[in-house]
Amino acid sequence: MEILVCVKRVPDTAENEFELNSAGNDLDRDDLVYSVNEWDNYAVEEAIQIIDKVGGNVTVITVGDDESEEVLRREMAMGANDGILLCDDAFDGSDGKGIASILKAEIEKGSYDLVMTGAQADEGAGQIGGMVAAMLGMPYASLVNKIEIGDDKIIVGREIEGGNQEMNEMQLPCVISIQTGINEPRYVGIRGIRKVAKVDIPVKGAGDLGVDPESIGEAGAKTKRVDYFVPDMGEGAEMLEGSTDEIIEKLIERLKAKGGL
Amino acid sequence: MTQIFAYIPFKNGAAEDVALEFPAAAKKIDKGASLTAVVAGSGADLDKVAQEMTSIYSEVIKIDNALFSYPNAEVVRKALVNIIPLDAVFLFAHDTFGMDLAPGLSVKMDSAYAADIVDFEGIDGTTLKAVRQELGGAVSTHMAIDISSGAVMTVRPGAFAPVEGSSEGGTIVDKSGDAGDLSAKRKFLEIVEAEVGDVDITKSDVLVSVGRGIEDEENIEIAQELAEAMNAVVSCSRPIVDAKWLEKSRQVGTSGQTVKPKVYMAMGISGSFQHLGGLKGNPFIVAVNKNPKAPIFQVADVGIVEDILDFMPELTEAINDL
Ligand SMILES: Cc1cc2nc3c(=O)[nH]c(=O)nc-3n(C[C@H](O)[C@H](O)[C@H](O)COP(=O)(O)OP(=O)(O)OC[C@H]3O[C@@H](n4cnc5c(N)ncnc54)[C@H](O)[C@@H]3O)c2cc1C
Ligand SMILES: Nc1ncnc2c1ncn2[C@@H]1O[C@H](COP(=O)(O)O)[C@@H](O)[C@H]1O
Repeated sequence: MEILVCVKRVPDTAENEFELNSAGNDLDRDDLVYSVNEWDNYAVEEAIQIIDKVGGNVTVITVGDDESEEVLRREMAMGANDGILLCDDAFDGSDGKGIASILKAEIEKGSYDLVMTGAQADEGAGQIGGMVAAMLGMPYASLVNKIEIGDDKIIVGREIEGGNQEMNEMQLPCVISIQTGINEPRYVGIRGIRKVAKVDIPVKGAGDLGVDPESIGEAGAKTKRVDYFVPDMGEGAEMLEGSTDEIIEKLIERLKAKGGL
Repeated sequence: MTQIFAYIPFKNGAAEDVALEFPAAAKKIDKGASLTAVVAGSGADLDKVAQEMTSIYSEVIKIDNALFSYPNAEVVRKALVNIIPLDAVFLFAHDTFGMDLAPGLSVKMDSAYAADIVDFEGIDGTTLKAVRQELGGAVSTHMAIDISSGAVMTVRPGAFAPVEGSSEGGTIVDKSGDAGDLSAKRKFLEIVEAEVGDVDITKSDVLVSVGRGIEDEENIEIAQELAEAMNAVVSCSRPIVDAKWLEKSRQVGTSGQTVKPKVYMAMGISGSFQHLGGLKGNPFIVAVNKNPKAPIFQVADVGIVEDILDFMPELTEAINDL
């Protein structure tokens, strides 16, 4: 089975306190720590487990800049066989549809049985998988947390509200987005990364892919981020301050008043 | 005049709450917009919801098909492309069905797409201004959406104020005959219900809830000790269940349990909307987080900037000494 997994390099929400830049139009990105989108690690792990069972290849792909190569290598250290970096200034400013068009152009060139994405990435959109599927005319299922592989079909469980599972039969080739918890992504050590440090990762641009320039980049984007801001959420929480003892004293007082103690 | 359509999700003949929220969202897009509800399903359940929607929407499009007795996003999408004008503004809920259907629909309708919108700030020409969040709610953004060839958008459930039950006296338009070819490469099989756990967190008045800030499986015990001291039960956010440190039945959130405690202790939880979506009944929320900018502090009643691994044992001791 040929499996393609789309991955994205994102700011790590656990490692960063986000600040806006002085112009207020972007995050202050100078000291941001980046990593692979959490959901994508589950997708790559699942892909590897599938080919361990039924044989085949896992390719990881990303639309990004030079630095995105590091996330491809990380996923290859997990066990993905190949990586593809789609990188071109012409891609800058693409919206979700732009990114999906770029991925679609490369996917068409291969013959993948299964394309996987994460359920969502840093922008919380959850859009790329469904778009790519529609562009390719393939069936799509989102939020998948169970997969059973058949011959020309797979059965997937989608995690819906309340943690219930919606079982679907999908014809191959298809696109699915993976929800966390489907597996336990393996740990990648420095040694694993070193092993794949020299593996060649092809880099492809707009010309190689033959994407319509009108559909990508700033020009093709029907949605644009105008600015970042930190919302004024009214009063917010009453912040308890002082020494830990003082804080605990104040907290216990409030917990007693509210029925917590 | 902007033509807005809203897809009404429902279960067992009852519309989801978001049905009452779309009208507020539509007003914020364009005060003078026309708003039409779209309901797809089959039989008596569908009729009931369509009827109910006439008290909120002036027009209700009904699409009845036995294939929609369970709404399979791929099949429903095919019908919508044939029935809804391609240049319409089309709203969905950002729930597991909206996420499944809407991105692909925007491709098929050749419309702009924007997901999980929490606010609209009106239209200027053909540019719609919307507000979204990124990075788990840590930052907000303004989006400019070109709606000249239509837009498909999902709105966050709970983000727009519900309209009071009015009596629009709307009309139902049956478009079942226009659905077209509904053959699909994805087939719905069945629903497997979530497992019931040993502990029912929905029954507890006080929850000590741990998130990724607990850092290690061994540290769960620290929360258990605090819960014992408070006569409370331990619940958690999703990453704790993903890591298999606690069972699924302890997870609070849209894909876990909906709880209505009196007091909710959010320990090392950032406050994503999917987590907060499981928290109902306006509990008194205490948030302890070492990041002073954590989004949870915007919704909590009391906030404390501390390391939970140090703070929880001290709080436990102080309570036990009372
Ligand atoms: C369709 C869908 C459904 C979902 N359903 C749910 C759901 O039902 N429930 C749910 O919870 N999530 C759900 N999620 C996931 C959700 O988007 C978030 O990823 C998740 O809620 C984050 O959990 P968290 O707050 O524990 O972790 P994080 O966002 O990583 O936050 C950890 C917090 O702990 C703080 N911290 C770290 N160390 C310490 C310390 N030592 N002391 C104090 N603070 C510390 C950090 O500052 C941070 O704020 C869903 C996602 C999707 C896409
Ligand atoms: N730039 C990108 N390159 C490759 N895959 C991406 C990119 N952006 C998003 N994806 C994929 O789409 C998924 C969902 O992201 P999003 O739709 O942006 O929320 C991610 O988990 C990735 O699998």
